[in-house]
Amino acid sequence: MTERREQGGRGEPILEVRDLVKHFPLTQGVFFKRQIGAVKAVDGISFDLYPGETLGIVGESGCGKSTVAKLLMNLEQPTSGTIRYKGEDITRLSGRALKAVRRNIQMVFQDPYTSLNPRMTVGDIVGEPFDIHPEAAPKGDRRRRVQELLDVVGLNPEYINRYPHQFSGGQRQRIGIARGLALRPEVIVADEPVSALDVSVQAQVVNLMERLQDEFGLSYMFIAHDLSIVRHISDRVGVMYLGKMAEIGTDEQIYEHPTHPYTQALLSAVPVPDPESEGKRERIVLEGDVPSPANPPSGCRFRTRCWKAQQRCADEVPLLAVPTLFEGSGSGAAHPSACHFAEERAAVVAA
Amino acid sequence: MTLLEVRDLHVDFKTRDGLVKAVNGVNYSVEAGETLAVLGESGSGKSVTAQAIMGILDMPPGRIPQGEILFHGNDMLAMSKEERRKIRGAKIAMIFQDALSSLNPVLTVGYQLAEMFRVHQGLRRKEAKAKAVELMERVKIPAAKARVNDYPHQFSGGMRQRIMIAMALALEPDLIIADEPTTALDVTVQAQVMELLADLQREYNMGLILITHDLGVVADVADKIAVMYAGRIVETAPVKELYRTPAHPYTKGLLDSIPRLDRKGQELYAIKGLPPNMATVPGGCAFHPRCPAARDVCRTELPPLAEVGDGRGSACHFWKETIDDRAA
Repeated sequence: MTERREQGGRGEPILEVRDLVKHFPLTQGVFFKRQIGAVKAVDGISFDLYPGETLGIVGESGCGKSTVAKLLMNLEQPTSGTIRYKGEDITRLSGRALKAVRRNIQMVFQDPYTSLNPRMTVGDIVGEPFDIHPEAAPKGDRRRRVQELLDVVGLNPEYINRYPHQFSGGQRQRIGIARGLALRPEVIVADEPVSALDVSVQAQVVNLMERLQDEFGLSYMFIAHDLSIVRHISDRVGVMYLGKMAEIGTDEQIYEHPTHPYTQALLSAVPVPDPESEGKRERIVLEGDVPSPANPPSGCRFRTRCWKAQQRCADEVPLLAVPTLFEGSGSGAAHPSACHFAEERAAVVAA
Repeated sequence: MTLLEVRDLHVDFKTRDGLVKAVNGVNYSVEAGETLAVLGESGSGKSVTAQAIMGILDMPPGRIPQGEILFHGNDMLAMSKEERRKIRGAKIAMIFQDALSSLNPVLTVGYQLAEMFRVHQGLRRKEAKAKAVELMERVKIPAAKARVNDYPHQFSGGMRQRIMIAMALALEPDLIIADEPTTALDVTVQAQVMELLADLQREYNMGLILITHDLGVVADVADKIAVMYAGRIVETAPVKELYRTPAHPYTKGLLDSIPRLDRKGQELYAIKGLPPNMATVPGGCAFHPRCPAARDVCRTELPPLAEVGDGRGSACHFWKETIDDRAA
């Protein structure tokens, strides 16, 4: 684990995301459509993904984490900003160049029940990437390759002619992972890959993903709302709120030394399966709901639910940067946090 | 007198694949003011048991061949439809997981809340509406008066779940059954809703049956826990004991397999295999194909839910080893 962390953060990033923005227009009128506003799903986020590392993205529903995944996959066109894959901006690519990039960035979806075509056999599903990228495997070789893939993800290779409904949720997610691996990608974007699974099966799939990462040297973007799972699998973690990155750092910096009030509240709200330490933890219960991304608050987007909010928070957008208070201090709190009043709070996560 | 006692409850369903025994002899009880958490994975029978208590099981295909459900000492299964209808909603209320699909989308929330009072208490429209507003204030919906005429889709997920809670509370029931009440919600909202539910329970001294698969949520609010697997209770214990020294390998496996926020482990423990298909439950102990401690006797003999001391029960032949293993 520590070995992996040292690899991460070294060398050239495999993905560089800069000022990524995605606004979905809101229109009015049937014949003469007028734009009356925009849902600011992703509003200027930047991060890097290094080879061999796992970057976890957490946030509540509506924070834009799934839109980020779609933008990385080039399933949506960003409004502005760049996504560089090995130095090349992929947001404006099309045709053959795009296809070549896509081979290296694959996705695993949340719902193993709707992301597999019920009329295709497992062999067809896992082998379909080879139809689109025939150069990846010669025709005669495909069946063997698919069986290999099934074996790698812990499914019986003889199941190649079965249909998705013959499998359980956990097995289907393995099929989804096998499909994601088929083209030997470098990056896998996993959007809530285990949240639809039973508790006892989640651990199996998380372990499988970790094993595959070591085996194939994959980089993961692991998007989830479950903070415990994200901590388990991630080397670095980014916390999103209403289309912006609130805080980003190594798993230890975020979980042991969070400085953004939103991260602190989020962590304190996670129930810990231990009744004895549960009683000792101080819980921050946030008031209200996440505001609408069509009409976000001015200044800091979290200020409407923040107990520290002051006038400055309404006037000035806080930048994602290492707080001056901690700069160069070498403490765990010295990581980028988008809060005017970033500070540590004692023991958010009780031992 | 015990508020609710379920005795040797069996539920089965007629399906194309034959008779599916979803619940096989479940026993549990809840006192007033107490919270019982029923923990289990999908297909463990936890929701079917709740539906049987509530009297909302689809029959047929469902059937209750055996068992008693005693509410204030009276067996509800022996009651007439009319008698049960008077209990349902008024004395025992239920909160469902998915508030959006449990509320009628074409009626205002005020109308749906007021309906409870009009139907059960015969109040007039105006009085019922006033009571609806009062209820919405009680579950801390901001600007209740202004929002009483809004439709369900105009509320956020957390607010909708509050409306479901309000509806369950309307007639001040003695018992609330909450089936995965916070599963569909974000963590910060989940904390709000659980806190509200716990406060209201204390205020009204209600019994609460909390059905969930989330060991974290349970740790915070439950007094005692019943763990279900393949239609049976495999372990029951006060909450602290269960977490400290689980007496069944399934419980132990579940506890070990969840990643902890406060600890970063190397590899997660994973229970091997899959939960059984309820049409073909393994013989002997249903957990034996997945159990790391299984022996010959586990394949042939069904372990009964045995007393293992201080209000605890475990359905494992080797419960003592399991406890000692953790204590050591």
